[in-house]
Amino acid sequence: MGLLSSAVSITRYTVKGELREPVPEVIAEGLKKNAIKEIDDDISEKAVGWTSFENPFKPDFEGSSFVIGTHLIFSLRIDKKVIPSKIIKKHFAIEMEKKLVESGRDHLSRNEKKQLKENVFTMLNRRALATPNVYDLVWNKEEAGLWFFSNLKAANEELETLFLKSFDLTLIRLFPYTIADLMTGLSDADRDVLSKLSPTKFTE
Amino acid sequence: MLDIAVSYNRYKFLGYEFLTWLWFLTDKDREQLNKWDQELTSLDIGNRIVLENRLNDAVETLTIKGDDAGLEEGILALRKGSVVTELNLLYKSGDHEWRFTIKGESFNISNLKTPETGGIESKDDIEGAVLEKIYLHEKIATFIDNVFKHFIQLRISEDWDKQVVPLLRKWIGET
Repeated sequence: MGLLSSAVSITRYTVKGELREPVPEVIAEGLKKNAIKEIDDDISEKAVGWTSFENPFKPDFEGSSFVIGTHLIFSLRIDKKVIPSKIIKKHFAIEMEKKLVESGRDHLSRNEKKQLKENVFTMLNRRALATPNVYDLVWNKEEAGLWFFSNLKAANEELETLFLKSFDLTLIRLFPYTIADLMTGLSDADRDVLSKLSPTKFTE
Repeated sequence: MLDIAVSYNRYKFLGYEFLTWLWFLTDKDREQLNKWDQELTSLDIGNRIVLENRLNDAVETLTIKGDDAGLEEGILALRKGSVVTELNLLYKSGDHEWRFTIKGESFNISNLKTPETGGIESKDDIEGAVLEKIYLHEKIATFIDNVFKHFIQLRISEDWDKQVVPLLRKWIGET
């Protein structure tokens, strides 16, 4: 889901930790090292990586291409191959039949079947095209805030993992407790009260 | 700070209570909202409210949808002990209008529609469009953070039990 879409979903984070100097180069390096890799001619089932906001199918992190104003803007791309189970079943049956004829036997061992299934899966993955999903993000470095334009659990988990790997920084999700704890200027005594709260009953 | 997953689950109720209180403010104390956000013209409940009632181990979910959402059904559910888990809101500032849905437990924002922005005709327009969109999205995030900050200060004070909860109970009982 894109930042410029007419309707957006946003998951908010705060970024914990400091980037090494020189910051722009460290970010560019993190993006380049973890840029999305094409898997269409590959046996991989899934790929996760960074891509350019303006051109998600041709990542380019040269110069300041990912900087707009005081914000860093780039995207997370998740490419996934989905092979319908009926196709897997069909090719497994074909390959099994072939193997039985070749070997002259009437059944295959459990290990042979497992190996055959893996071979079929690899063969189909090599032929399948990956479906790309692109999720934009806006990183406000000065305020250590990050907005990710998706609420999908799996996409958010991939973001958190890749962000840590790329920049050695932790993303903390902003939900009621973390906002209260980190962003409302509470004193230690207030935090103590907050931690002891229990749900209110609005009906008597 | 507590472990993230633990605090997420343990304090979900803060988000539910915040949405219930926000609904109460839109109905009974709009001036308070205007005091906290002077650019706010109005805040109204939009076309979706989700409520949840936990009775023993069973969870009952009530979703009220539609542009003229039947709020009285929602109040009835509150009266039976439900909490607000999701709210669609309509924020107006001058002639501009924002619509969005906020989830109580995560504060995830979905379906956020901002006022119309200029079209993008060339590559050079992208930078301006992005900055404009960020500004428009920020408006809602700032509003929520600001109102939530007041909520938290109230929630940890004695005023919550002594003043706010009786008012909310009265609202739920009488509306």
